[in-house]
Amino acid sequence: MSALWPQLERVLSEVQKPARYIGCEDGMTIPDHHPDAVAWLLLYPDTYEVGLPNQGLQILYEILNERPDAVAERSYAPWTDMAEVLRREGLPLFSVDTHRAAGDFDVLAFNLSAELVFTNVLECVDLAGIPVRTADRTDDDPLVMVGGHCAYNPEPLADFVDAAVLGDGEEVVGEITEVLAAWKAAGGGRRSDLHRLLATVTGVYVPSLYEATFASGRLTKVAPAPESVEAVEVVEKRTVADLAEWPYPKQQLVPVTEVVHDRLNVEVFRGCTRGCRFCQAGMITRPVRERPADQVRTMVAEGLRRTGYDEVALTSLSTADFSGIEQVVAETIADDACGQVSVSLPSLRVDAFTVGIAAEIQKARRTGLTFAPEAGTWRMRQVINKLIREEDLYAAVEAAYSQGWRRVKLYFLTGLPTETDEDTLGILRMARRCVEVGRQHLHNPSVTVSVGGFVPKPFTPFQWFGQNTEIELRRKVGLLRDELKRDTKGYRGVQLKWHDPKATAIEGLLSRGDRRLGPVIEDVWRSGGVFQEWGEHFNLELWMAALERQGLTLEEMVYRHRVEDEAFAWDHLSAGLHRDFLWQDWRDALESVGLEDCRWTPCYDCGACTGYGIEHVVASAVPPAGGSQGTGQDLATGGEVPVLLTAGPARRKTMPVVRV
Amino acid sequence: MRVRIRFHKKGKIRFTSHRDVARIWERAFRRASIGVAYSQGFSPRQKLSFGLALSTGYESEAEFLEVDLVDDRFCDEGIWMDGGGSHVGTTLAETLSDVLPVGIDVVAVAPVEKGDSLQQAVVACTWAIEVDNIGLSDAEGWVADVLSRSKIVVERERKGKPVVEDLRPQVHALGVTGATATGVRLLADLGTQPRALRPSELLVAVDPPLAARTVCRMHQWMSQGVDREEPLMAPVSPAPPAWVSA
Ligand code: SF4
Repeated sequence: MSALWPQLERVLSEVQKPARYIGCEDGMTIPDHHPDAVAWLLLYPDTYEVGLPNQGLQILYEILNERPDAVAERSYAPWTDMAEVLRREGLPLFSVDTHRAAGDFDVLAFNLSAELVFTNVLECVDLAGIPVRTADRTDDDPLVMVGGHCAYNPEPLADFVDAAVLGDGEEVVGEITEVLAAWKAAGGGRRSDLHRLLATVTGVYVPSLYEATFASGRLTKVAPAPESVEAVEVVEKRTVADLAEWPYPKQQLVPVTEVVHDRLNVEVFRGCTRGCRFCQAGMITRPVRERPADQVRTMVAEGLRRTGYDEVALTSLSTADFSGIEQVVAETIADDACGQVSVSLPSLRVDAFTVGIAAEIQKARRTGLTFAPEAGTWRMRQVINKLIREEDLYAAVEAAYSQGWRRVKLYFLTGLPTETDEDTLGILRMARRCVEVGRQHLHNPSVTVSVGGFVPKPFTPFQWFGQNTEIELRRKVGLLRDELKRDTKGYRGVQLKWHDPKATAIEGLLSRGDRRLGPVIEDVWRSGGVFQEWGEHFNLELWMAALERQGLTLEEMVYRHRVEDEAFAWDHLSAGLHRDFLWQDWRDALESVGLEDCRWTPCYDCGACTGYGIEHVVASAVPPAGGSQGTGQDLATGGEVPVLLTAGPARRKTMPVVRV
Repeated sequence: MRVRIRFHKKGKIRFTSHRDVARIWERAFRRASIGVAYSQGFSPRQKLSFGLALSTGYESEAEFLEVDLVDDRFCDEGIWMDGGGSHVGTTLAETLSDVLPVGIDVVAVAPVEKGDSLQQAVVACTWAIEVDNIGLSDAEGWVADVLSRSKIVVERERKGKPVVEDLRPQVHALGVTGATATGVRLLADLGTQPRALRPSELLVAVDPPLAARTVCRMHQWMSQGVDREEPLMAPVSPAPPAWVSA
C-alpha cells in the first residue's frame, strides 16, 4: 500500500472536507508501479471538487493506464488548511489514488483551464518538494508539464515548466511516454538533454530552448536559442482527427464526495466553428469533430448503468448543433426504464428549437434555463460575431416560460471592442423585454443577468484589443446598477450579478503576458497568493505590488491596443490559425461584419483544417432547423424587436405616482 | 417492502460525510438495478432513511439504513420466511457490497415493519476509542475520575449562543479495555437522547484532555439494560460487555 496514508490519516480530521484527499472513486485505477513504466501524476491546480470532473484529465488518466509502459495517478491542489498541515508535518503533496509522494513520479502534468490558477501550479510543485524554477531542478527531479487551453500561451510560466503541450492530448501523451521510457531504459542523463529529446515531439514546447528578446520595454521575438538545434521555429498544436477512435473516458470516475458537475458527461463533439470572436475555446479547438451518434448512445447507456448517475450531460461547446441531437436525446429517454434519468445540455443555443429539445428531456425540475446572448445590441453581437437575432432570443425565452420554466439566466460580456454605453445598457433592455415575455405566462418571472468583464485571449481576432481598464469596467457595472435603481418598477424581475473587475484585470495580464511575468507570479505565490480564482482569496494588492517591483504596468501589458505587426508572446506557437485570417476577422469585427459558420458554408481557410490536412467530421450537411449563426437566416432583421414588445410602454397603463 | 440494512464504514471511506454516504447509497441501488420506491413530487428521490449521523472521520460497525424496495426479487414476503430469509438477505447484501466503495460493507439485512425513525429509536451507542500517548494506569485513573463525578458541566455554542450542559448523564458506561502499541483502547456507552454525545466531546471535557486517534461505533442500542437490542444484530453477536461499569 501507499507509503503516506498512515501519516495522512492522522491529520485528515484536522482539515475541512477530508474526503477531498482520499480518492476511492469508482473507476479509479490502482496502478502497478514498476521501474520501466513512466509514472505520470496528472494534476488539476484547483480543489478536488472543481478538478475531479475534468474530462481532459480523466481521458489521459485512462489512456496512460492502458499502456504497458506507463502508469498514471491524480492529484488536486490541497486547500490552504491542508497545505499548512502538510508543511507543518513535513509531508509532501501526494496522489489521491495510492497516496504516493508527488516527487516519486517521473512527470507532474498540470491541466490549465484558467489563468488565475497559475500560482497554484507553483504551490503544488513546491509542496511536491521540487524546485519551482526549472533552472534549479536536478537531473533526478520530475518533469513539470502543462497542457489545456491556457497552455496555448505558457510564456508567463516559462520559468517554471519543463514543457507545455498544445492541443488534444490523446496521441501526444503516448509519444511523450515513449521518449521518457527510452530515456529511463538508457539510464537517464542530463535534464537539458531530456529537454532536447522532448522538443522533437510535435506539439511539445520546451521554453528553456527558446529566448525572448525585448526592445524598449516590449517583446520583439521568442525564438529558438542559437544552440537549440532541436527546437522548431513554430510549435504546432495536436489535433485528433476522429473522435470515434477515442471513446474516453470509458470508466468515468464517480467520486464519493460532492463535486461540481456531478453527473455522467459524454462529449458529443470537439471544436466549434460558430466563430464567436471573443471565444478562445472555439478558435483553438477547430475543426468540428462529431462523435458518431451510435457511439454517443452506447457511451450514455453504458455510462449510466455503470456509474449509477441519474443525470447525463451531453458536452461540447454548443451541443444543440450536434447532428444527431434530437435522436440521441429521444433514445436516451426511451432507453431509461425507471424514467428517472435527466439529460442536460450545458451549452444551449439561443432559439426556440433548442428550448424544444430541452423541454423534451427535462420533464421535471424545470427551474432555470440559461442562455448566453453575450451582448445587448445587434450591432455589438455583429462585432463579436454572436449572430443571435432579437427575435430568436425572445422566441427562446417565450418557449422557456410557456413550457414551465420560471427563471431565465442570461450571460453577457462587457468591455467588448467598440462597446458604447448604449450597448452596455442594451443588456438591461433585453433583460426587461425577457421579463415582459415571461409575464404573458407567469405572474412573477425572473431574469438573472450575469455580466463578466471581457478578457482578450491569444489566437482570437481580439488578441489585438486593449482590454478595458478596471476603472472602466467598474464604471460600466455602475451604469447598469444605476439604471436598475433609476426605474426599480420597470425592471422588476431583473437581477444583476457581475464578476469582480479586479480579477478580470489579472486574468487579462496572465492571458496575453510574456516571460516577464515569471517573477511576478513567483512573487505573488511567495506572498501567499494562492487560489486566486476564489473570490475570498483573490488579492489585487499582491499583484500590483509584484508588478511594480518588476517595473511593469497593467497599462502597458493589458490595457494597450496592439498594432498589426506587434510581436505576441505566442507567435512561436500555433493553433493552426493563420495570423492574417485573425487580423482580417478583427478588421471585420470593427466594421460589424458577421461571418457564417464554416461547418455549413465554404471554408475561409483559417488554417485549422487546411494547415493540417484534416476536415470537419459532421454527420449533417445542413444547418439546424431555423438556421444558426447567420447560416439560413435573414440577418437584415437581426436587430428588429417583435412588435408586441416595442409597444410595451404604451400598453402599460400605470397610475402616475403622486409624491407627498 | 421496507428493508433494514446494517453496514460497516471503515478505512479511507470514513472521511466521507453523512451526506456523501447517502449519495453513495442512492447510486449503489441504481448501479445494482435494485428497484427502490421514489418520493412523489417535482424532483423525485429514492426513499432511503438513515439513522444517527456519524461524525466525518469516525469508523463504524453499526450503521443502519432503511429502504423501501419495489423489486420483485426481494419484495415477496414469503421468500424472507424460514430458511429463505438468509438466502435472499445474502443475495441482496452481496449485490450491494459489489457496487459499494471499499470500506462500506453490508453485514446484515432484514425486512422490517414501518415504524419509528431509526434516529428516534436509538438511545445509546457503544464506541471503541483509541487514544495515543497514554499508559494503562493513567487511562484508568482518567476513567475513574469521569465516573466519580456527579456532573460534567461544559459550555458550548448552540445557534451562536453559549449554553451550559451537563454531559455526565449521557455517560452510561466507560472502561479501559486494553493497551495498543501506542496507547490504550477505551470503550464507552454514550447516550443519544435528546442529543447524541460525541466521543470527542467527552474526551476533552475532563482534564487532562485526551485526543482520539481512531473512533469506531460498535453498536447502536434501542433500549437500555441487559436485554437491550440493536436495530439489527450483526450476524456474529458480540460477547456480553463485561467491561461495563456505570
Ligand atoms: S480551415 Fe476552413 S473549414 Fe476548417 S475551421 Fe478553418 S475556416 Fe472552417
